[in-house]
Amino acid sequence: MTGWICKQISRKMNTVAPLSTSDSIITRKPVKAQLAWLRVGIHLLGLYPLIQLAHLLLADRWTANPIQFIEQYLGRAALDMLVLTLAVTPVVTLTGWKSLARHRRTLGLYSFFYFSLHFLTFAVLDYNLDVREMLRLILEKPYLLVGLLAGLILLSLAATSFRYWRKHLGRNWKRLHKTVYLASGLVVLHYALAVKGSLDALSGDILRPLVMGLLVSFLLILRLVNHQKHAAPAGAHTGLVQPTNLSKP
Amino acid sequence: MDSDPITPKQIYLSRRDFIKAAGVIGGSLILAACAPSITNLPQVVPYQPTGVLGEVEQQESLTSFEDITNYTNYYEFTTDKEGVAELAKDFQTSPWEVEVYGLVNKPKKYTVEDMVRQFQPEERVYRMRCVEGWSMVIPWVGFPLAKLLKEVEPTSTAKYVRFESIFAPDEMPGQKRPSYPWPYQEGLRLDEAMHDLTILATGLYGSELPAQNGGGIRLVVPWKYGFKSIKAVIKIELVAQQPASMWSEIAPDEYGFYANVNPEVDHPRWSQRTERRIGEFDRQDTLMFNGYADQVAHLYDGMDLQANF
Repeated sequence: MTGWICKQISRKMNTVAPLSTSDSIITRKPVKAQLAWLRVGIHLLGLYPLIQLAHLLLADRWTANPIQFIEQYLGRAALDMLVLTLAVTPVVTLTGWKSLARHRRTLGLYSFFYFSLHFLTFAVLDYNLDVREMLRLILEKPYLLVGLLAGLILLSLAATSFRYWRKHLGRNWKRLHKTVYLASGLVVLHYALAVKGSLDALSGDILRPLVMGLLVSFLLILRLVNHQKHAAPAGAHTGLVQPTNLSKP
Repeated sequence: MDSDPITPKQIYLSRRDFIKAAGVIGGSLILAACAPSITNLPQVVPYQPTGVLGEVEQQESLTSFEDITNYTNYYEFTTDKEGVAELAKDFQTSPWEVEVYGLVNKPKKYTVEDMVRQFQPEERVYRMRCVEGWSMVIPWVGFPLAKLLKEVEPTSTAKYVRFESIFAPDEMPGQKRPSYPWPYQEGLRLDEAMHDLTILATGLYGSELPAQNGGGIRLVVPWKYGFKSIKAVIKIELVAQQPASMWSEIAPDEYGFYANVNPEVDHPRWSQRTERRIGEFDRQDTLMFNGYADQVAHLYDGMDLQANF
């Protein structure tokens, strides 16, 4: 599956438009080579949790309770990838490293990939596809319902991440894909509810989900701040969008 | 690794057979195979299985010594169950002293050696059900807490027993984490504490109790979730009021005082209807009172177990 995803992605990558028309022929080659290395790096980053999981298996460190271990490991990997995905745009705007931007989707798809494995571990390995028991669990345990909602959002984002949908959904594509922040919030909530300890007393294992929650909030704030900055010069008259639109033609 | 879910069934079965065969020969031989450096306790009396305890021994295979000693919830060391054994390897479990005091006529301090000499530990094979939804079958070595309590003579005002663990942050790095109200403490109603199934364990698999499993000495209450079975006990106090317990202090709506294994009482995170036996692949149904209902259900006659979870 990863192989297939990677192939699709690299195929798309090869067909993207040239970086900039001002690039001279001399400087273009190194840029392309750089892009290839970046692509390899991004895939290595995306595959790292899977490689580490295999390494832990070989080192006999899947614990005495391996199904639970894999399940939790994959869940954490999905969230890590999600945070990396959210970090792409702020990093691009802060550093101007534009070639990174086109890898955002790859990281997003890796997050979905780990989420899928996390869910399959739960459904197949942990509960042996016992649909009745799983439904009962989802209805009685808020953390499972929250996780399922987050998963459904990630599924819709992954499914519409291809160019075809981006074209056909137009403005709605952006709207839809902004829900990645909702999904991230739900994933963090799912995580926080799934560990021991309590949030109000700040006791137990709440620290890691809390840190991830702060990271997601920080990245969202960066986006919002940047959004406002960009909006400001276009509208010295911020409230009056119509005149600027009319003056265009 | 032997608990890997993809272990072929034949290998898995032969492992079970090995454990069963080894069980017949005796816990001390398994000990010899698994941890040759640990010495046998000289006082261990072979346990004669009766009733449900015998059923456990005959129909359910013992969890391996390796899994029992390397997969432990022991937050005093670390919240990582696999990391406890390493961190606990230098923890001093001997000499170990336990103070028994409070509402008793004859308060007394015991060393583990005193207790072993006086109360004659025996082998007890118990199921251990963790509130997190996993379980083990453990051949403990221990003696009924009742023997010790009878000797100190609780007064008529004593209604509960309060247990306290050691507080040694220099040896137990987890106790430096401020987010827990150390030291660990637990409690039992006096009749629960006096029940024959309730033991103080001084060993497992015929050997001394490893530090990561609660050595010098620990409580084992097999019909309650594992967190009630407090480790590294240094104080046993007879009291009149229901004592606090660490986990119910942290999250009272999740962990009650009684914490009896009960598939009908839900937990916000873990399913209590089923459990995964360590070393086995499929989940199995969790039994009322962890399978000890015949022996202990009468303790809770007329009590609302949903409210008193």
